[in-house]
Amino acid sequence: MSFSYPILPTGHLLAIEGLESPHIAALLDLAESYALLNRQGKTQRDLLRGRTLINLFFEDSTRTRTSFEIAGKRLGADVINMSVSNSSVNKGETLLDTASTLNAMNTDLLVVRHAQSGAPALLAQKVTAAVINAGDGTHEHPTQALLDALTIRRHKGDLRNLIVAICGDITHSRVARSNIHLLGAMGAEVRLIAPPTLLPAEVGRLGVTVFHDMRKGLAGADVVMMLRLQRERMSGGMVPSAREFFRFYGLDMEKLSFAKPDSIVMHPGPMNRGIEIDSAVADHPTRSVIGEQVEMGVALRMAVLDVLARSLRRHA
Amino acid sequence: MPALLLHNARLLDPATGLDAPGALLVENGRIASLTGAPADGAERFDCGGAILAPGLIDMRAALGEPGFEHRETIASAALAAAAGGITTLCALPDTDPVLDDPALIQFIFRRGEASGSLTTLPYAAASAGLKGHDLSEYGLLREAGAIAFTDGMRAIASARTMRLALSYARAFGSFIVQHPEEPSLAQGAATEGELATRLGLPGIPLAAEAMMVARDIALARLTGGHIHFSRVSTAPALDLVRAAKAENLPVTCDTAPPYFDLNENAITGYRSYAKLSPPLRPEAEREAVVAGLADGTIDAIVSDHQPRDADDKRLPFAQAEAGGAGLATLLAVTLARVHAGDLALLPAIAMLTSRPAALLGIEAGRLAPGAPADLVLIDLERAWQVKDGQLPGKAQNSPFDGRALEGRVVATFKSGRKVFSA
Repeated sequence: MSFSYPILPTGHLLAIEGLESPHIAALLDLAESYALLNRQGKTQRDLLRGRTLINLFFEDSTRTRTSFEIAGKRLGADVINMSVSNSSVNKGETLLDTASTLNAMNTDLLVVRHAQSGAPALLAQKVTAAVINAGDGTHEHPTQALLDALTIRRHKGDLRNLIVAICGDITHSRVARSNIHLLGAMGAEVRLIAPPTLLPAEVGRLGVTVFHDMRKGLAGADVVMMLRLQRERMSGGMVPSAREFFRFYGLDMEKLSFAKPDSIVMHPGPMNRGIEIDSAVADHPTRSVIGEQVEMGVALRMAVLDVLARSLRRHA
Repeated sequence: MPALLLHNARLLDPATGLDAPGALLVENGRIASLTGAPADGAERFDCGGAILAPGLIDMRAALGEPGFEHRETIASAALAAAAGGITTLCALPDTDPVLDDPALIQFIFRRGEASGSLTTLPYAAASAGLKGHDLSEYGLLREAGAIAFTDGMRAIASARTMRLALSYARAFGSFIVQHPEEPSLAQGAATEGELATRLGLPGIPLAAEAMMVARDIALARLTGGHIHFSRVSTAPALDLVRAAKAENLPVTCDTAPPYFDLNENAITGYRSYAKLSPPLRPEAEREAVVAGLADGTIDAIVSDHQPRDADDKRLPFAQAEAGGAGLATLLAVTLARVHAGDLALLPAIAMLTSRPAALLGIEAGRLAPGAPADLVLIDLERAWQVKDGQLPGKAQNSPFDGRALEGRVVATFKSGRKVFSA
């Protein structure tokens, strides 16, 4: 596949905000082809041969790190995992010291997860590698939104005019922000369902409709996207208790019945069963696509690595 | 020192409303006359038609000394101040050690004198150790030279402590300077709203300012003590101050250039140089601050100089230290509002000279025979650009980095001696 323009013009993937629908569609198309290859068991181990991909994780994450690792290896990259617990960032080394170290090691692709919003953007200013944001603070998690869109597209076709309800802790969710930007850019109708204490200020100005009553928010929805509720939010007083949250904002079959009969249920994982989602929904054979999200994650990340490696060649 | 005649000047004295061509005679470090009659053997200095105004009085700056000399020293701050036309400056007490002891107050004052170009008037900590509980020794600290009392960048959170501070300060003819933010709501990194939501930054609601201002106005009414709010930056807080002044309560306030020249969009891209405390606000609030300058609600413009080094700022936004360098840009950014037609020249300069002088009860800040010959010569039209790495002094963390400005200090005189010229 070839494109007459760079799909990711900055040479990094730091955020969905700022990407336009043709770029997003091109990435999803490429990811679709990787999904097909993956299912056929075919690999393209020469595409990133000789390239070094570093997974730099300042926060724990098994599934995202593993997903990038598999994606990189399927394309032939040398993948190195650096996590905070066994590196010098715990010894007071600053983010920018880390950047110069990585430069000295000629890193080509840098996947970064960090607890601070904007940390990957700061690194991108200082490293020679192409930077992929694998989740920064409460800002964005662009590959999650892209893999969600890929999953939705496979079930619903076009994203345009779909009703997507995002439910739970929106305030602290980078997944929600990336999805709001992406779904908005692709013409879907986005609804947010949460108590007011879990909604960020002026979120309505991001082109979404806000609901505090879950049943009303789910009415007629094509896609129901659940978010993880961090347990520390309850000690922070934003939600009084787990049982109260589940009663009003947890997804069970009864509440799901307000959505369209063929609606799909998504969750970025890891799930808190019995807090934001009932097991009967999470494990539902036809409605839950949570497993497929993980599968699409690998394909989508292969597409992102492929596209960024192309621009590395262009700049070389 | 021989007498010095500054001639061919446009004399500007906000205290009297004087704005006229003329000359000013300096003898023994003080202003001798404005009649232009030269004394025998006086040195002559041709002002080239530029504005000659009282040296600026900056009611709020952090100096880094003692304790944070890697950011700024009093000597390096004095260089920046002279380049900015500032000849008197009130130093914040949040140093290490905290300025809550008479000996430290005298130390800061003497260090300023040693610079030869800057009078440093230290604030003393309003509460011992800036802990917000027990009052520091207001009487002893006043005797040592403390200009007033504040907990610096920290709000005095306890209403009880503030009540006691306002009451007790009255006995020594002093006032309390408050950081106007309710601390339990002010844990964020940016003003709460659409931009903070997009950037995923924890927000501080606008109301955090107004509710502290409202509380302290109530305490000023209760105690009769004088409260001064520093860096007022929102419309609701300004409305409260305006109403309190109409009621003749002892309430005053200042603001700083970022709050009338920049809005929150300056932090886009996680630009940590624009991370300030209080945070930059939406455009409507900036406009309200300009209105507060124009109608006199705001008494003074302060530099709010907060020196930070690269290690403080090259961090993810929420972790970066708040604060901007402000000494070198105080005048020019204020003049930008004059050039924009928002403010007249005399009232703008008044907020940098005579009005803070009156608030502080000091003799500087006016062109009057007998006053100290602290003077600034200003070219209203000369253009320049703020550039990181090229600012005078040590601190380079200007929120105005890259900003083109019109109006520049040509020369600064301290006690009749030229301490800066461009």
